[in-house]
Amino acid sequence: MIEIIEKVLMKNGLLFAFLFVGVIMLFSVWASRKITRDKIPGVAIAILIGLGLAFFGDKKGISDIPIFAGMALLGGSMLRDFAVVATAMGADLDKIRHAGLAGLVSLLVGVAFSFFGGVIIAFAMGYQDAISLATIGAGACTYIVGPVTGTALGASSEVIAISVAAGVVKTIVATIGTPFIAKYIGLDNPHSAIVFGGLIGTTSGVTAGLAATDPKLVPYGALTATFYTGLGCLLCPSIFYLALKIFFS
Amino acid sequence: MTIYGVALLAFCFLIGKVVGSSLGVAIGINGDVGGVGFAMILLIFANQYLKKKGWLKPETKGGILFWSSMYLPIIVAMAATLNVKAAASGGMLAVLAGALVTIGAFFIVPIISKIGNPSKQ
Repeated sequence: MIEIIEKVLMKNGLLFAFLFVGVIMLFSVWASRKITRDKIPGVAIAILIGLGLAFFGDKKGISDIPIFAGMALLGGSMLRDFAVVATAMGADLDKIRHAGLAGLVSLLVGVAFSFFGGVIIAFAMGYQDAISLATIGAGACTYIVGPVTGTALGASSEVIAISVAAGVVKTIVATIGTPFIAKYIGLDNPHSAIVFGGLIGTTSGVTAGLAATDPKLVPYGALTATFYTGLGCLLCPSIFYLALKIFFS
Repeated sequence: MTIYGVALLAFCFLIGKVVGSSLGVAIGINGDVGGVGFAMILLIFANQYLKKKGWLKPETKGGILFWSSMYLPIIVAMAATLNVKAAASGGMLAVLAGALVTIGAFFIVPIISKIGNPSKQ
């Protein structure tokens, strides 16, 4: 009997993922209301449960366990980006126009701040060659910019692993931290959400963090965040690396 | 019909990805630069145009709104498939770099938000 159930669940992985996430959401909304008295949003709890479940797997989180393989499809970049684009239905074009310049500035400042912030921390922890510093700085941008930069510059696999890890930590901190810090940084309107997306940049962290704060802000943050990784891949292994090389050769 | 909405969404998505990937090739990155952003802008314009023409039936809209509302569960599934072990095993440096940079960036939000903010001028 158990074998039959297991077989059905594995064959219909995506549908099992719908059911599984549905149960997580149901529990989270209940826990938010009854246990935290609406202090912590249900979505934030659900995301935390998700992160916790990821520890049961390996590189691809819980989807490394065969019966949960459907989670990789449901939470993969195709459906994620598809749903993010769909949120644009609720976006107001005028508000985006107003924030155009601020969005551009936030993207440039965001990539530069993360990169050089990461470089300073890596330097403080003992790294002194420009390639390692640039790779870790790039990882502090997003977990895609890190390995792209590291591979382009020929960094060691250990340093590339650190850069990926730094990017994943960034996603997690943005996901968990955003709903708590939102009111202190004025993150309650489309304008600041566009700036937020450009500064933080990691699409998954920005969208998950905004979703836990106020789902209406998701499209605005996603709009700028989607350009961040590309800009990082452009600047980090080129101009930023060359700037570092002046100081560390 | 609902499928018209889903098809429109898929159309905007794919066009956006093609534009983003072309831009990536043009600037020498083998990846997608802003594909989702282009797709979103396209959908916003398509939405306005169809509304004006009166072609956006509730069923059509429903096909898009369904996916928009699936966004949260998808994020939960994504969180469950992250490489959290790598984040933990990257050591102190990874945790410090990732966390400090993110927290620092949080506090730049109110500064840059002042640029062109209609409500604060």
